[in-house]
Amino acid sequence: MPPVLARLRKPWPDTRAERTLGAVSCLVGVLVVGMVAFVAVHAWPTFEHNGLSWLGSGPSPESAFEKMQSTGVDAPASAYHLRAWPLLYGTLLTTVVAVAFASVVSLFASIFIVELAPERLRRLTIPVIRLLASVPSVVYGLIGVLVLVPFVGNHLVTAAEKESVASSIELTGAGLLVTVVILTVMIAPIMIALTCEALAAVPSSWREGAIALGLNPLRAILAVTVRAARPAIVAAAVLATGRALGEAIMISMVSGGRAFTPNLDHGLLIFLYSPLRTFASTIVDFREGLSAPALGSSLYAIALLLLLGGFVLSVCGYLIKLPLRRYQVRG
Amino acid sequence: MSTLVPFEFDDARAMHTGRGRRSSPTSWRWRDRIALVLAWSAGITLCLIAGAIVAYFAFRGVQYLRPSLLFSRPQASTSQAGSGGFLDPLLGTMLLTAVGIVLALPLAVTSAVWISEYGRPKWLSRAIESCIEIVAGTPDIVIALFGLAVFQLSFMGPFSFKASGGGVYGRSFLAAGAMMSLIALPPIFAATRDGLQAVPAHLREAAFALGKTRVTTIRRVLLPSVRSNMATGVTLGISRIIGDTAIVVLLLGESLRLESQGSVPGVGLLRGTGSTLTSFVFDNSPAGEGAAPQKAYAAAVVLLLFVLCLNLLVERIGRHQERATGLSVATGAV
Repeated sequence: MPPVLARLRKPWPDTRAERTLGAVSCLVGVLVVGMVAFVAVHAWPTFEHNGLSWLGSGPSPESAFEKMQSTGVDAPASAYHLRAWPLLYGTLLTTVVAVAFASVVSLFASIFIVELAPERLRRLTIPVIRLLASVPSVVYGLIGVLVLVPFVGNHLVTAAEKESVASSIELTGAGLLVTVVILTVMIAPIMIALTCEALAAVPSSWREGAIALGLNPLRAILAVTVRAARPAIVAAAVLATGRALGEAIMISMVSGGRAFTPNLDHGLLIFLYSPLRTFASTIVDFREGLSAPALGSSLYAIALLLLLGGFVLSVCGYLIKLPLRRYQVRG
Repeated sequence: MSTLVPFEFDDARAMHTGRGRRSSPTSWRWRDRIALVLAWSAGITLCLIAGAIVAYFAFRGVQYLRPSLLFSRPQASTSQAGSGGFLDPLLGTMLLTAVGIVLALPLAVTSAVWISEYGRPKWLSRAIESCIEIVAGTPDIVIALFGLAVFQLSFMGPFSFKASGGGVYGRSFLAAGAMMSLIALPPIFAATRDGLQAVPAHLREAAFALGKTRVTTIRRVLLPSVRSNMATGVTLGISRIIGDTAIVVLLLGESLRLESQGSVPGVGLLRGTGSTLTSFVFDNSPAGEGAAPQKAYAAAVVLLLFVLCLNLLVERIGRHQERATGLSVATGAV
């Protein structure tokens, strides 16, 4: 055996082990820095050509993407022109609405699981939540595109409604409503898991004290337990926002794939049925065109925004949970 | 316990639901009654949704899933009858999972051990921990684009293959597996770190008292005692990898069959392209090209079965651990 190997086989001295382990751990840091750097470098050309008006409104992103794809390898400067407002709007709309719904649902569901449910039902709900959280997004997308979209398109959207907006968009059923419903089901379990943990960590004597002071049990839960766990609940919402922001496959399958900005001009129902496109789903939809430099750069710019968004959300989650640490409540 | 406490409320929970004597919902304010109804309906609705999903896919599975699908290779065809099964996607899923876990496990366990056992300098260990949190919060689609950027560098050619124009294709099992390891990293890391932190101090002290060095303590005492935590983490990581579509769609090429590159058998497969169950479902749904919903349903049923089994496994490991040591396995964020 070569002497180097023999030396490695012997028990390691502590300092060497510490340095080796530390060096390997630093690899994670290098990966994250590399990720930001690579994505930023690839995203730079499109920001260079468009500036901050990249985020503004203007001609539809789809026509811009098609032009980018057709210019081929040597893209002229004009090919980089992109106004991504409809995509940003679609992303914000789906995320905000889904997180709002999921917050309410998951708060009440967590109260139910932690405080109200009979023991047998509680034992059932925990695996159910875990299952809902671990169903792959493509399966949710499949349910959406094969079950919910045809249902909405055939039974909810009336012919008159289709007629009224036929000049600008086609109402097939794929759109805001189905996207938000599925997205809510996808992110609620994550929030429930975290909220349940936080609610269970609040000492039950606090709540019992409130009941002893004359509050009814449910009011005591809302006024004491939920209030004490509030930072953790908000942090859960922040984490779920990150999930919703980055969901690509499911939204690409059920959102109708059109960079339309849903508006209330034709009433609430049309608003709910109108198709849209989000940042993450755009990357999936236009993945074939990544080799065209202008389109590739635009998609990397989208990725950079998602990355930064996730980063900001991580920091927010950390800051929100700080007061919890002070009260020594786990969350 | 009950002998020590003079008044024990065995039925405390029943009282809180309002079935006790003290307070019944009928005497509550309307606001609270509505909240009570909302809480119950939210909990029941979630159970119903999960039940509906499982029942629907069980029905579709009985309808479309045939054993022959699992053992026949996919074929390009216009009709659903002629397009074959999903043997290749199944193998692709397994291969990708193996690559991802093999790459993620050492990295995750090493950083968990370093952070909880050494962790000096303090700022560096904090930074690494936050980095892993950032990786956990990064959307898979962004990780996929990052992987494409890395593996299309010209010196990364050996990991995929060169296209006819001379550019590096950048899509292969290795490329996708490497990015999958980033997806699996956070759960393995979190589970291992939580396990190490829950190891009682006297275990370490006993090892030190016997004259063991820190490294030997880690290898002979700590790592064996957090084995089930690592198993939980790995299971969670596997279920993440199996369920991920975005990375597969971008980084594995879009050939239905496993196509190896080069003549070396094992390496050729890793450098080659293929598909997984998730990308098979995606491609065969109306959202992809081949509109073969029956095949998509069948593959989705298999996918769900995998996920269900992994969930059961996590629960089993947790219960086993609890019985063995009295410590519950922290399963980390779902």
